[in-house]
Amino acid sequence: MRPTRRIAPTAVIWLLIAFGYFFIPLIATFLFSLKSNQTGHCCTAANYSWVVHSSAFWHTLKISFLLAIETIVISLALFVPTIYWVHLRVPKLRPVIAFLALIPFVIPPIVMVVGLLQFFKGTPSWFYAQPWGFLAGAYVILAFPYMFFSLDAGFRSIDVHTLTEASQSLGARWGTTLVKVILPNIRSAALAGSFLTLAIVMGEFTIANLSAFNTFPIFIQYVNESQGFPAASLTLMSFAITWAAMLSLLVVGRKRGQRAAIVAGAR
Amino acid sequence: MAYLELQNLHRDFGTNKALDGIEIQLGEGEFLSLLGPSGCGKTTALRLVAGFDRPDQGRIVVDGKDVTRVAPNKRDMGMVFQAYSLFPNMTAHQNVEFGLRIRGKDRADRRKRVDDLLELVGLGHAGTRYPHQLSGGMQQRVALARALAIEPRVLLLDEPLSALDAKVRVQLREEIRRIQLELGITTLYVTHDQEEALSVSDHVAVMYRGRIEQMGSPAEMYTAPATPFVAEFIGTMNRIEATVVDPSTGTIETGGVTLTVEAARGKARGDRVLVLIRPETVEVAAANGAGANTMTGEVLTHTFLGPVTRLKIVSGQSSLIADMPTARAAALPPGSKVDAALPATEARLLDLKDDEALPQITEEPGPAGP
Repeated sequence: MRPTRRIAPTAVIWLLIAFGYFFIPLIATFLFSLKSNQTGHCCTAANYSWVVHSSAFWHTLKISFLLAIETIVISLALFVPTIYWVHLRVPKLRPVIAFLALIPFVIPPIVMVVGLLQFFKGTPSWFYAQPWGFLAGAYVILAFPYMFFSLDAGFRSIDVHTLTEASQSLGARWGTTLVKVILPNIRSAALAGSFLTLAIVMGEFTIANLSAFNTFPIFIQYVNESQGFPAASLTLMSFAITWAAMLSLLVVGRKRGQRAAIVAGAR
Repeated sequence: MAYLELQNLHRDFGTNKALDGIEIQLGEGEFLSLLGPSGCGKTTALRLVAGFDRPDQGRIVVDGKDVTRVAPNKRDMGMVFQAYSLFPNMTAHQNVEFGLRIRGKDRADRRKRVDDLLELVGLGHAGTRYPHQLSGGMQQRVALARALAIEPRVLLLDEPLSALDAKVRVQLREEIRRIQLELGITTLYVTHDQEEALSVSDHVAVMYRGRIEQMGSPAEMYTAPATPFVAEFIGTMNRIEATVVDPSTGTIETGGVTLTVEAARGKARGDRVLVLIRPETVEVAAANGAGANTMTGEVLTHTFLGPVTRLKIVSGQSSLIADMPTARAAALPPGSKVDAALPATEARLLDLKDDEALPQITEEPGPAGP
């Protein structure tokens, strides 16, 4: 018979504190979101209805979500081969790249965006005036540390040299080795980096605001300034949407990479 | 004609000469082991043959074609690595199939070949398992099947058994040899385990400091080491420094004891020589007055080795070891006075230059990678 596991009372207390820390603000926001925008009294779903029927909500949400996907795709395409090469051929360069990856943490976004706006001034309008160009580029820089450190941890958890050489000795080219052998084994790390990037892009305000693009966080800020109760419902909905997006990424990634994830866990 | 040729291969890592002009010629279907201590250059040589590294000088020729500058994915070399190298995201079947997919073989051919190879390595039942569901020995079997699947021109094995426990190691090395003979595949095997090398190879090349000290059949390497290093590295050997005193009779002198050694005939009087005697050829008996070619001494220690016991005997300034049946060794406990008769005909002799010191086998640091 298996012995029953007892949970220590201190563990329960800490769990309750953690639960309260995360959920009390959400519960409070939820209660606030149920109040009528006209009377200030509870309880009505009108705020949620307003959000759902707002075309600006769907428009900005779509822009931010597509920007997040674009940033993830560019980041993965850029960083996976780079970090693979660094691990394989120039490991001495790893600390240098790790240092570079810290720069977006150190430089305030406001400084970065001013610098980027100056730097790219005069570039074609399809890049400079479009969120898919300028903003996506800025977000790739912003996501660099999150993507780098996630991928770096993934590459360090596998024997890159041996797997690469084994693949090559069997006749595979670099591209085949990367796609068929390396990538499936760092899928968990790539997913982790993608989640973080998605969360950052969905919530990024400073760069979008200063470069005058109308993204989802800009819309939230606008509603927040003008209408208190709908802003609460919008906050909760954006929270739910971001989590749903992350979960769908997880499901898609897991379906294809379940085996690799099991193996990575077993290592 | 040699099938695999390594011609004057040089490879330096900074100031470290990993390979210093090695020459190897191997016939088709033959099994050569590169044997030596860590850092001797054996793995570097294998990596050059695989194409993972390029020599600074020299050529690698396979079946008459120079492959020195050919990319590793175009060399058709099957390789089994020291570290577990199976692709963790693929089953055993998919791992073995990988090289065949790359070559665009059709599905039915792939399936048949993979099934045959998994059967060959005794894992016909384990095709659906992932690497983490296989033991270390099973993983290396799958790696062997994967390397063989592409019908390589040369099979390269880089210490494939070193991570396995002793029993599995012995079992698997015999299987490797069986499969190699069955398929008749030219094989280059790297190991630091002399027993492994001697038991499975057609030829053994002992390497030291980037050079090949000696290459020959396992029996030659054991019975006729060509250099003091090989003598020291292969098996256990008594090494006695001596001076030739009478070349006509083969008499030598060591530590005040004169011995007759056939191999000393014809040497010059006063030559410094190294006498090599295997412990199993030394006859030990309770002391009863020195006979011919006998050193009298005292048993210092006993080492139990199963059917034989190894005795360390001290005689004046010299010491030697002798193996004798365990049942008889009990009659000569440590502290016993014994006569150790040295075989006149089986002792080997190597010339020592005046200033040459006996080599000491040490683990040297491996070369820095590229």
